Amino acid sequence: MIKNVNQISEQAFLLDFGDEVTREINQNVINTFNFISKKMQKNNPLGLKNCVPSYNKLLIHFNPSKKNKDELINFLNGIEHLQTESSVNIDEVEIPVCYDEEFALDIKDVSKKTKINEDLIINSHLSTQFFVYMIGFMPGLPFMGDLETNLNVPRLMTPRLQVPPGSVGIVEKFCVIYPNQSPGGWNIIGRTPIKLFDKNKIKATLLNPGSKVKICKISKKEFLEIQKINE
Amino acid sequence: MSNCYFSVERAGIYTTFQDSGYDFLQHFGVTTGGVVDNNLFRTANKLLGNDDNEPVIEFAYQGPKLKLEKGNVQIAITGDVHFIISKKSENYTDTLGKCFQTYQLHEGDIIDIIATKSSIYGYFGLLGGFKLNKYNSSGSTLVRSKIGPNDGRKIQENQLIEFNKESQNEKLKQISFPTTDKSNVIRVIEGPQESFFSLETINQFYNSPFTISKSADRMGIRLDGNQITSKQSPNIPSEGIIKGSVQVPGDGNPIVLMVDHPTIGGYPKIATVILNDLVKLAQLSFGKEVSFEKVSIETAENLYYENKNNLDEIFKSIKNYNN
Repeated sequence: MIKNVNQISEQAFLLDFGDEVTREINQNVINTFNFISKKMQKNNPLGLKNCVPSYNKLLIHFNPSKKNKDELINFLNGIEHLQTESSVNIDEVEIPVCYDEEFALDIKDVSKKTKINEDLIINSHLSTQFFVYMIGFMPGLPFMGDLETNLNVPRLMTPRLQVPPGSVGIVEKFCVIYPNQSPGGWNIIGRTPIKLFDKNKIKATLLNPGSKVKICKISKKEFLEIQKINE
Repeated sequence: MSNCYFSVERAGIYTTFQDSGYDFLQHFGVTTGGVVDNNLFRTANKLLGNDDNEPVIEFAYQGPKLKLEKGNVQIAITGDVHFIISKKSENYTDTLGKCFQTYQLHEGDIIDIIATKSSIYGYFGLLGGFKLNKYNSSGSTLVRSKIGPNDGRKIQENQLIEFNKESQNEKLKQISFPTTDKSNVIRVIEGPQESFFSLETINQFYNSPFTISKSADRMGIRLDGNQITSKQSPNIPSEGIIKGSVQVPGDGNPIVLMVDHPTIGGYPKIATVILNDLVKLAQLSFGKEVSFEKVSIETAENLYYENKNNLDEIFKSIKNYNN
């Protein structure tokens, strides 16, 4: 599982789970993340500052002034032998997306590139059982996979300076949802009226690393109604 | 409205509330933030007798001009800062202020933080701290994510800045803070993707100097004048990032990631600047040349503890002074 524990700074370890980007490797990352998170939430005996899962690495940010590096190394090396199977209930979230022309800024181009018609693109997107590999880049932005291979497209040649909030973008086998307005190079195929990050909520993000996500299709009328409720 | 507040007559260039930043939110895409110069931050609070992590105002280049509208309070500025205090009782005669000592301000007084001198960041703290809406127990503003005190925004002209309590009977303090090391050698440890670069490129990275570009802020410091190319694709599967990472994007101009760095990144990282030297790098202004020197993790750790001990020694030099 963990191939290497590398110290990359006075205040960080990078746990290496492999080089490939697969769901299986990522699940190992997330199980370890959940295990360490629980420890941090209890009383954080190791004085960890952050634990950041990504496709195939787990960053552990610690406080060097605690001078407990040996204890930390023992802990990290011992994780292999511990039960890290996710005992956390995996949450399943349904996210409504409107694929109306007004929101699906790049669906025509995706259709051209993949030679799949727009309805089939939408159906393929709707039938995908998504899995959140990681959250990052901006608060609450999920990197989800895996799209069917025939739907895989590269990044936009020229990134947009402003992607509207809620935009759903695809690149290669991944799908993201932009919680806020941002520059971005993903192919936009729809938009959700749901807030993925709300700093006023106790739990600010809708999703967690490892969440399962299903997309459901809504009309523009429904989009506007949900948007109104969420304001 | 509380009984003690300043009004902002000029906001400055990049003026924000900061403390030690956010913990345990990076997996949700929220970066750590916090002060750039932890030494100056800690010194400001020590001088004022505050809690170690009391939020302060961080400014860059030009600072704010503030008028104490209501209340009396002791303040301190740390850094290499040119500032002026104009007291109402002296008919607003300008007095040049000194860093690293506390001052008593009375209602109506004006403090004008004109500029940092041969550095970038400076700190303004006050006894008892600012009255802030904290987020997840931190008083750090993340401007790009619009999170933290002041509605996640920089301090704005004409706004009010409230503080927690009045102070005027406490003795005035000063501290002798040594001049910061201005050498341009920045020590680093090997980065997680050093193997993405050829031996020749690695030598070039360590043997030729870089120039600090104009594109340097709380998010990152872009270096130019010495393009670095990776032998493999300029991308890796995105992974978690910490401050100090030296990432090399496709254009070959490295970026040293600072406190407001993105939470994950997909560029290979050739090196990590040691914590002790990251502050030094951040305080160098654009156009300055820097070169990198590789040290072991053990050396980096020793320097970190040495700095911490030095700071504790410096704090022992705090003494009273008479105005």
